[in-house]
Amino acid sequence: MDAVLDELISRVQAAADARRPLRIRAGGTKDFYGNAPRGDLLDPRVWSGIESHEPSELVITVRAGTPLREVEDALAATNQMLAFEPPHFGEAATIGGCVAAGLSGPRRNSAGYTHGGVRDSVLGARLLDGRGRLLRFGGTVIKNVAGYDVSRVLAGSLGMLGVIIDVSLKVLPRPATEATLRFDLDEAQALHQLNQWGGRPLPISASCWRDGQLWLRLSGSQAAVSQAAQSLCQEGRGGDCLDATEVISFWRDLREQNAGWFAGATALWRVSVPTTAEPLDLGDQCIEWGGALRWVRTSMPATTIRERARVLGGHATLFRGEDRSQGVFTPLAAPLAAIHQRLKEEFDPARIFNPGRMYEGL
Amino acid sequence: MDVIKALREVLPANCVLSAPEDTRPFECDGLTLIRQIPMVVVLPENLQQLQRVLKFCNDRQVPVVPRGAGTGLAGSALPHPAGVLLSMAKFNRILHMDVRERTATVEPGVRNLAISEAAAPHGLYYAPDPSSQIACTIGGNVAENSGGVHCLKYGLTLHNVMSVRGLTMAGEELLLGSHALDAPGLDLLALFVGSEGMLAIITEVTVRLVPIAQVARCIMASFADVEHAGDAVEALIAAGIIPAGLEMLDQAASRLVEPFAKCGYDLDAAAVLLCESDGTAEEVEAEIARMADVLRAARATRVQVSRDEAERLRFWAGRKNAFPAAGRAAPAYYCTDGTIPRKHLGRMLKSIQAMELRYGLRCPNVFHAGDGNLHPLILFDDSDPDSVARAEAFGAEILEESIRLGGTISGEHGVGMEKLNQMCSQFDRQTLDAFLGVKRAFDPSGLLNPGKVVPSLHRCAEYGRMRISAGAVPFPDLPRF
Repeated sequence: MDAVLDELISRVQAAADARRPLRIRAGGTKDFYGNAPRGDLLDPRVWSGIESHEPSELVITVRAGTPLREVEDALAATNQMLAFEPPHFGEAATIGGCVAAGLSGPRRNSAGYTHGGVRDSVLGARLLDGRGRLLRFGGTVIKNVAGYDVSRVLAGSLGMLGVIIDVSLKVLPRPATEATLRFDLDEAQALHQLNQWGGRPLPISASCWRDGQLWLRLSGSQAAVSQAAQSLCQEGRGGDCLDATEVISFWRDLREQNAGWFAGATALWRVSVPTTAEPLDLGDQCIEWGGALRWVRTSMPATTIRERARVLGGHATLFRGEDRSQGVFTPLAAPLAAIHQRLKEEFDPARIFNPGRMYEGL
Repeated sequence: MDVIKALREVLPANCVLSAPEDTRPFECDGLTLIRQIPMVVVLPENLQQLQRVLKFCNDRQVPVVPRGAGTGLAGSALPHPAGVLLSMAKFNRILHMDVRERTATVEPGVRNLAISEAAAPHGLYYAPDPSSQIACTIGGNVAENSGGVHCLKYGLTLHNVMSVRGLTMAGEELLLGSHALDAPGLDLLALFVGSEGMLAIITEVTVRLVPIAQVARCIMASFADVEHAGDAVEALIAAGIIPAGLEMLDQAASRLVEPFAKCGYDLDAAAVLLCESDGTAEEVEAEIARMADVLRAARATRVQVSRDEAERLRFWAGRKNAFPAAGRAAPAYYCTDGTIPRKHLGRMLKSIQAMELRYGLRCPNVFHAGDGNLHPLILFDDSDPDSVARAEAFGAEILEESIRLGGTISGEHGVGMEKLNQMCSQFDRQTLDAFLGVKRAFDPSGLLNPGKVVPSLHRCAEYGRMRISAGAVPFPDLPRF
């Protein structure tokens, strides 16, 4: 086995023996996310590089420490992409951090074959767990039901089960064409429209509403996109077709939460609800994913925000904010919390990996 | 006996079956090679009854094997000789169809096709469509992470389920996922889908519905060599096309189904490829033209595009009826579902042809080619123990070859009892132990569907010895026919 992996395994075993926590962290671009990181630094960037990319198999296998930029560039060179359009939140982002954080971008709730989040693209992974075991789950083919699908659980696991060593991801061809339309609609009208459009076979690949305007991105074949754009403009209010270069930066800035609406010190909440949930009335909002993702700037108490999200069938995360002391994620129901504890016990009995990053006591 | 008596006290009389003539129909699922009469079959009618059954079994340490429609092909629902077979057939109501949200919330015993039928008036459908969709239930689909012919474009069960409610063996209520696009904590729903009834009993499922495409058209392409057909599949994907369906039949399969389904397959072709496009009329026209160009460039000897909906359905009729046609052509057939990288499709077909000679059994092939998912149909005689043994060994060798080619032993049917041995080849012991750890996390007592999916250390040792000595019948103590 590779000396680098041997070294990682020894470090994990030593930490487990000493019961000294490890903070798995590569570029640190997502230090702000989750509860405060603690423990001795373990940097997976020592294990970096693309293991294989076979365009006609629609799969890429990457070592966890590989820069996300490098992965996306390699895919773009063959006119492919990661379907979930992940945010980087900084140049130093790695694919391992991308998977462990489990955050998807604007394309998450798209129509058609690009629909899905990080976990929907994960096909397999190697995991170094807290017992020092190098485990291989899943594989590199699109359909695989042999054994429990542990590799997909790593998406959004925040490192609590172990160190992701490498990961195989389903990749997809880039759409031939994209177009962005803008409509003047208030929040209720925009939510109504998005849900109505969602029930029709339209090639919608992203949406964003804020400040009385709805941006809608269409992706697909030339025929599908131009046809949809035409019919939406006829029936919608406004429906300006926007300049292609202008909109590339619009969707990138939305994904990366660059400046603009996302600037400022007020706490940023990520409220995840059914697309049909009524307006939240919690504060200034930016709505994505056809209504399913609602970014809220508010200084209301966490309990108020969580209760509102719960009533609407969703949950709320303190995404960026000063005070993480109350816990950033919505607490789990007791039976689920117990399963989390037992899974932690199975994979990390010495409780060394990213303690408390997801929940206190995990 | 007192278990049966006690169950009759917690359930109405018509919900407990114990007479041999009543329990025999449950002795196997769609994998008929392995059978076991259950001690007792229970069919609870509601949540309260289900809770009582689980509480009783948990208190008395009686194993429970859940079962949907029994169409599974891997023996995941094989009864336990000293356990309760829990049929969820009576949980068969569509609870809520939310057209605006594009979701359907249903009980686990609702049939896959019934969901799409109920959604159709609203211009929506449930995308995963296993061949058994007329009979199989959504609970079973979730348990197996079922696929179908549209997976490449529309995803597996996993990608189309929003949330699952269930009961653990200890009787705790679980809610995994939500009607939003994510839920707090680990994504246990991803772990649960495909867990073959070993983690919890499903009581309710919410699925995502998607808009029905305006138009679908299908290309039927012929190839003079199976490797050419495999190359064509690769060429389509490399051209950036994601077909709505991409299926292959080899010549033996075409000849098997044609007299039965009369779909106009080219019987002189070594392989027939079905390649579908869906979307708006303009979109489909453009995509079909591109697909046809790629197929011709990839040495297709004939390219025929469906002219209307009736013809499109006829093209598909052969593929969809491959299993019944196999059932007609031989006393029995055995179908496995290894999945391999698409680039090896042609090579795999040639390997299977060589195995046909070695095992003295015919094996027509249908494939979910777009996914690299094989469905070899090994034809055998179930009244001849030697033929049965050869069929099993043939299937096992295809699975081993799938692993060797960088694939997996199961694309959509599951491991169940069928592929326990090959789990020893695909995964190392540490990973198998980690699977057992996952099971413990959900089911610490280990009473739920025990002995499936994850082979014991002992079993893997036996399998290793058997493969070295080669040819001996594995597990002679297992009941067969």
